[in-house]
Amino acid sequence: MLKTYQYPEFGYVRSPEQAEGKQVRHPVVIIGAGPIGLATGLECARRGIPCVILDDNNTVSIGSRAVCYAKRPLEFLDRLGCAERMIAKGISWQVGKVFFREKLSYQFDLLPESDHKMPAMINLQQYYLEEFLIDEIAREPKADLRWKHKLLSIRQNDDHAVLTIETPDGVFTMEATWVVACDGANSDTRKMVGGDFVGQFFQDRFLIADVVMKADFPTERWFWFDPPFHPNQSVLLHKQSDDVWRIDFQLGWDADPVEEKKPEKVIPRIKAMLGENVPFELEWVSVYQFACRRMKDFRIGRVLFAGDSAHQVSPFGARGANTGFQDADNLGWKLKLVLDGNAPEALIDTYTEERAFAADDNLMNSTRSTDFITPKSAMSKRFRNAVLELAEHTPGIRPLVNSGRLSTPTPYVTSSLNTKDVGDWAGRMTPGTNCDDAPITLGGKPAWLLNQLGDGFVVLTFGEAPASEVKSGGVSARVVTVGKDIEDTKGLVAARYDGRPGTTYLIRPDQHVAARWRSFDGKTIAAALKKACGQ
Amino acid sequence: MKLNTTANIPDRDGFYQDLIDSQRDMTDEEASLMNCKLVILLANHIGDREALTEAIRLAARTARAAART
Repeated sequence: MLKTYQYPEFGYVRSPEQAEGKQVRHPVVIIGAGPIGLATGLECARRGIPCVILDDNNTVSIGSRAVCYAKRPLEFLDRLGCAERMIAKGISWQVGKVFFREKLSYQFDLLPESDHKMPAMINLQQYYLEEFLIDEIAREPKADLRWKHKLLSIRQNDDHAVLTIETPDGVFTMEATWVVACDGANSDTRKMVGGDFVGQFFQDRFLIADVVMKADFPTERWFWFDPPFHPNQSVLLHKQSDDVWRIDFQLGWDADPVEEKKPEKVIPRIKAMLGENVPFELEWVSVYQFACRRMKDFRIGRVLFAGDSAHQVSPFGARGANTGFQDADNLGWKLKLVLDGNAPEALIDTYTEERAFAADDNLMNSTRSTDFITPKSAMSKRFRNAVLELAEHTPGIRPLVNSGRLSTPTPYVTSSLNTKDVGDWAGRMTPGTNCDDAPITLGGKPAWLLNQLGDGFVVLTFGEAPASEVKSGGVSARVVTVGKDIEDTKGLVAARYDGRPGTTYLIRPDQHVAARWRSFDGKTIAAALKKACGQ
Repeated sequence: MKLNTTANIPDRDGFYQDLIDSQRDMTDEEASLMNCKLVILLANHIGDREALTEAIRLAARTARAAART
């Protein structure tokens, strides 16, 4: 039992379909009500897909797990209506300190770019995030969250899957046109459908300790390389809400998890780290192990995989939950178009194309961090130590210090849904990239650009638009004109999108650029829209 | 080829002496750490990503070939 948090208990409810013994076909069934399952359910419901979320338990995530949420996932969660609560409850930090052995090597200030609605990142315990998502789902009639529903088996058919579910009332079956498995790294769903999970580039164990500390400790991220209180390993200290501090001790693969978890082992270690006279209470201890791996294909028949069930990375850089939310962001609109018959099933396969590309980028980044933090040879350790020693007095070397690079979204630069750029463009908004936010004025009031995108396809144009929408088949893109529908008060929309008179963007429902041009041409836009729908 | 492989160091013998002298009183471990620092500092000074890759490849290839003979 935690001192700062009481786990809610959600009631089991017998579903009408089980009570009536009727086998119902649902458009989407999500397995697992962790952060990614809940977000996927909410995302589907918000797009108009009735969906069912099943979880074999009846509460939120127990203990200390995901901590750090980066800007892009917060933007996605803002679209779902959860980000403002998260920011209010969460902790923002800007100063980081890097220690090498017994002394401070250097400190840095993140200095995030201003004029974005969402901060660069926040720290928040996972159970709060899940609570906020569950509250939002309770207000969403299209999302049906069912506790104490355990998936026993799946039978795959051409156009649906049949799920056998166990509840306190016994066993029943339900059908799903699509199943989204969000049941974590040890996904049972993945095993049931014979999914692979390969590529153990690296494995390690971490001791996670949450301590309650009221002492006047600064809200900073502290990272130690090879500290005297934990030689040859790394340690990370992060603040969460409710005066709870999260400490990650890297243990190495050979450590004994049972031994390391014992309070008589943990407490002296924390004392050595914080100082003898800093009072704290131990809130939570666990040992966490991971490997770097991913599924080859995130789709097996009618089953799609999102979050840790599809890919697992090292914790350096907070890439687990953050990248999982981007899976949900990528999948929701594609499911909607395909379920409505407005796009071919091939659109679903671009989910693997884009998100496996992102997973590989995450794996590469976390492997690089790991190689720096845990050098594998005497010479690579010398190089690492050389960088850390130089960093103390030579600021230009500090960028080489890699204590985990914070998760940033991977642009889908090679995606088959993009239409290739023509002409010269400045800035980062190339096709496949997530849209930058910018402050705007809407109806005389301050607002944000991203909040105007994301309901469906949008044509964002900086000139006179000859139409209010562009259509391709059953799909339409709403035209938003800068200077008419929204005011670019600070000039940052034009600056960030290299907007000149006539510049026109086609933006996907997940707020990614599909195509852009220097003039508005309805036929060209319609062709790009068709392509972005997988045709 | 971005890497300058033509002679480019003025006072070549002086440079070489500097390098050797700086490690004269060091243990192998100290000298190895110093070499690592030198690589990092020089790489930062060069700052040309392609030239650095070419230098890494050239050094690695010739080191392997030399180690085999």
